[in-house]
Amino acid sequence: MDALASLADGFAVALTWQNLLLALVGCFLGTVMGALPGLGPSNGVAILIPLAFTLGLGPTEAMILLTSVYYGAMYGGRISSILLNIPGDEPALMTTLDGYPMAQQGRAGEALALSGVASFVGAFLATWGLVFLAPQLVKVALLFGPAEYFALFVLAFATLGGIASRNQAKAAFAAALGLGIAMVGVDGQTGVPRFAFGEVHLYDGIDFLVAIVGLFALSEVFIFLEHRGEDTVEGHASKVGIGRVIPSGRLLARCTPTMLRTSLIGFVAGVLPGAGASLGSFLAYSMEKKLVDREGTFGKGDPRGVAAPEAGNNAAAGGALVPMLALGVPGSGTTAVLLAMLLALNITPGPLLFTQNPDVVWGLIAALFIGNLMLLAMNIPMVGMFVRVLLVPPRILMPIVAMVSFVGIYGISGSTFDLLVMVVFGVLGWVLRKLDVPLVPVILGVLLGNLMEANLRRAMTISDGEWSALVASPLAIGLWTVSIVGFVLPILFGRVLRARMGRRKDEEGAVSD
Amino acid sequence: MSDRIFGGVGLLLAAFFIWGATRIELSFISDPVGPRTFPIIIGAILGLASLAVLARPDAEPDWPRLGRVAEIAGAVAVMVAYALLLPELGFVIATAAASAILTWRLGTRPLWAVVSGVLTALGIYTVFHLILGLSLAKGPLGF
Repeated sequence: MDALASLADGFAVALTWQNLLLALVGCFLGTVMGALPGLGPSNGVAILIPLAFTLGLGPTEAMILLTSVYYGAMYGGRISSILLNIPGDEPALMTTLDGYPMAQQGRAGEALALSGVASFVGAFLATWGLVFLAPQLVKVALLFGPAEYFALFVLAFATLGGIASRNQAKAAFAAALGLGIAMVGVDGQTGVPRFAFGEVHLYDGIDFLVAIVGLFALSEVFIFLEHRGEDTVEGHASKVGIGRVIPSGRLLARCTPTMLRTSLIGFVAGVLPGAGASLGSFLAYSMEKKLVDREGTFGKGDPRGVAAPEAGNNAAAGGALVPMLALGVPGSGTTAVLLAMLLALNITPGPLLFTQNPDVVWGLIAALFIGNLMLLAMNIPMVGMFVRVLLVPPRILMPIVAMVSFVGIYGISGSTFDLLVMVVFGVLGWVLRKLDVPLVPVILGVLLGNLMEANLRRAMTISDGEWSALVASPLAIGLWTVSIVGFVLPILFGRVLRARMGRRKDEEGAVSD
Repeated sequence: MSDRIFGGVGLLLAAFFIWGATRIELSFISDPVGPRTFPIIIGAILGLASLAVLARPDAEPDWPRLGRVAEIAGAVAVMVAYALLLPELGFVIATAAASAILTWRLGTRPLWAVVSGVLTALGIYTVFHLILGLSLAKGPLGF
């Protein structure tokens, strides 16, 4: 078993005091960010990237910190779902359905404990899935030439809107906008400036970290400002009693089959392009409801209805790391942001990452196992601490988010110009969210634009300008087919699926998972 | 209506982008595709997507009242001022002022807003500069 040997090496990397500390800090911050409505995994990770970068962390260390935040946020989201009936982040939406009724019946502690265990099971199994599936995918990816890579990028954009996408035209617009932004700056192959308009600052292109922090973190501040005074969290949290936070053996035994089934569903949803954690938890919940809800208790505080979406979304979070690490093409918002971190450190994910930087990959995976144990410890006995965090009102929190964003970006370049660009992106993010244009394709476009173009031009150079080379291999044809199907399907079925997901969040709600 | 305006702006942007792409100078080094083609493809997609939005607009989004738009504009102004004044005033003063104004606009009472702003600035300064050693903007007073 190659994978197990590599994993053992990974543990040697992860088990240093520094990395353990980073994982601990990441898990803690992640749980806090997940628990606070308005801060989710993607904007939480986005704020931390520039900081990790300026602190001079190495790639392994930085990835350990950030993926711990990512996993932590998936755990944290359930806390406010259960206690306040407000999902802490989008994937935790389904947890409100049975979690809040349980809290109302005075079983909040039980719900928190059970969902903590379910989160652990989902994340744990998904991390094993990552260990075994990623190297297999790498083998396939090694067969890819530039033409196949180009098709793969197209596939990523075409499916990013997800099968629940509301408006594919807007998703396409967002992707093109992001790609267009990536074109600004000196062309890597011929050295001519593009779209720089003589502005020296633009010759280097627009730093994707600036774009990400602006779009994700600052736009959140504007959204809060807009909704100030409506449905405040303040005052709610103090009223809720938690009760016993140790799950009983009987309850766990009753939910075990649910957790195992939904972990699998979540993992598959995470790996597939265009699905992600929100859909993972939705599929997990609805499948369990169909399968085991004989007395009609789902939606009225059934523990299995709490375990299902939590195992599902945590498993999906692990699954989403598979394409990001193995192919370098993320399928969700947060993994796109994680990709940004790697690119900022001059590491290109994909098959070569596994051969050239195995310490990064396997150290990261080992850290996920360790972080998951830490999260279990934090989220069951110490969950009370995080409940207290919910008492910090957004009016104090949001300025802190804004200021930390500025600190991070200023730390990278020390340039006022970048700060101004970030504010512009913040406003752009707000407008796009109001217009229901998804932000993740914009980010992915800014991130991958240059790589995508480079692959296209490389393919064309090899074929000497013959465009049919893009569809010359069966692999490429397969990728194009999936792209087209993935783009067209939501137009046909999106409405039905959305209606069933019963969107309870506000329209411009969370950014994504 | 919003989506029609959005689609129209998108079309203009796409036209501008394609026009900009055709004006990219070509260098003596070249490959079969060249630096213009990919941007033109992107511009075309941008234009098509905008047309689709224009033709089939979604339901009107929930725009905030004028007062709230002014709030957001105010926050943008604060952030722009913050970006410009940061090197002049130094991190602590600029951050305290900016976060005090932001938290005040988000509903904290004025006196507490000042307290909260100062604490935010000092807190970030302590964590990121004193503990983690990040270099923050130095003002005339050295912090």
